[in-house]
Amino acid sequence: MSGQLNWFKGGIALGLIFLLTVFIIKPIGVSTQFVILDGIIWNSVSGDLVEKNPDAKSGYASPNAYLNKSGGKYAKNVVKPFNYSFIFVLSMILGAFLSVLTKGPKADTLDRVAPEVWRTRFGEKSAGRYIAAFIGGILVLYGSRLAGGCTSGHMMSGMMQTSVSGYLFAAGAFAAAIPAAFIIYGRK
Amino acid sequence: MEIISAICLGALFGFVLHRVGASNPQNIINMLRLTDLHLIRAILLGIALASAILFIGLTLGFFDPSHLSVKTSYWGVIIGGVILGVGWALAGYCPGTGVAALGEGRKDAIFFIAGGLVGAWLYMVTYSAFKGMFLLDNILGGKVTLAQTPKESYAVLLDKIPGIIPALIVALVLGVIAWRLPGKTSAD
Repeated sequence: MSGQLNWFKGGIALGLIFLLTVFIIKPIGVSTQFVILDGIIWNSVSGDLVEKNPDAKSGYASPNAYLNKSGGKYAKNVVKPFNYSFIFVLSMILGAFLSVLTKGPKADTLDRVAPEVWRTRFGEKSAGRYIAAFIGGILVLYGSRLAGGCTSGHMMSGMMQTSVSGYLFAAGAFAAAIPAAFIIYGRK
Repeated sequence: MEIISAICLGALFGFVLHRVGASNPQNIINMLRLTDLHLIRAILLGIALASAILFIGLTLGFFDPSHLSVKTSYWGVIIGGVILGVGWALAGYCPGTGVAALGEGRKDAIFFIAGGLVGAWLYMVTYSAFKGMFLLDNILGGKVTLAQTPKESYAVLLDKIPGIIPALIVALVLGVIAWRLPGKTSAD
């Protein structure tokens, strides 16, 4: 697609942004912020998901075991979302938007609903693609949370630090994703 | 200050993901069914470059080791990677690229993000069932790297040699793989 960087320039750009974030603050991670946004929504509906607790390391505790782990670190971020990691992920939306405005690759109307490889295999009806994207989203975020990170946090940030978790994650992800892609989309 | 960094770095990351073509599910799916490898070449080159400069920087002392953040290795990393892999192939998005695709105006990304929020929530409510199971048991001591870093709390697999040597060898191997893989993309 026009406006897209080739692998070499793209690789350098990716490498530099991952390096720059570690240099300035800390490695990139995305999937945790889905939990934080869930927590914000959940807490605004129920109101008693997170409470102040001076005994917790973060100062906050939650009846939900996951938000409560590591001294209530996630619980604190749910009530104080105006922090680096959450704003970082929100800003990614802005960045991609700016890239479209500045002659980046532009998806046409059909592509914005479903990629060509989907349409060739399953037709142009939008409903099927939306359901697949939704189910894919459930699997991707459930898997990320069980793994403790996603493609950004484990694969890119992890492997650059030679973290064993990065290699384990990449092995598991590709071992499942490649056969799954063959089965779902065919080999051409 | 932290918030300004978050906005700038997050926007830059979203911009780069879009420019590389990673927010286009067509490119992800074709990478996974091995018909267009430009993205995996970019990813491998990015990791290799970032890792090499990171370890050179750590050795020379111009990188702050407290910025490193190695994730824990446990069985769930692999299993979670497998679950993520299936959803990744189906949707063509991972958490980071899905967020960038939202900024690009892709409608299927809205459904992916919605599914992601459901998936992360499902993990929040099922997490307590995993506690105490083998899934969360550490592998090789948990926070473990292949190459030695200045951060002494991390376990190291190759603890007899200076970290820069294995790190540069791994980076070189990843770089050579990126270089030698066949490409094929309209932007090449």
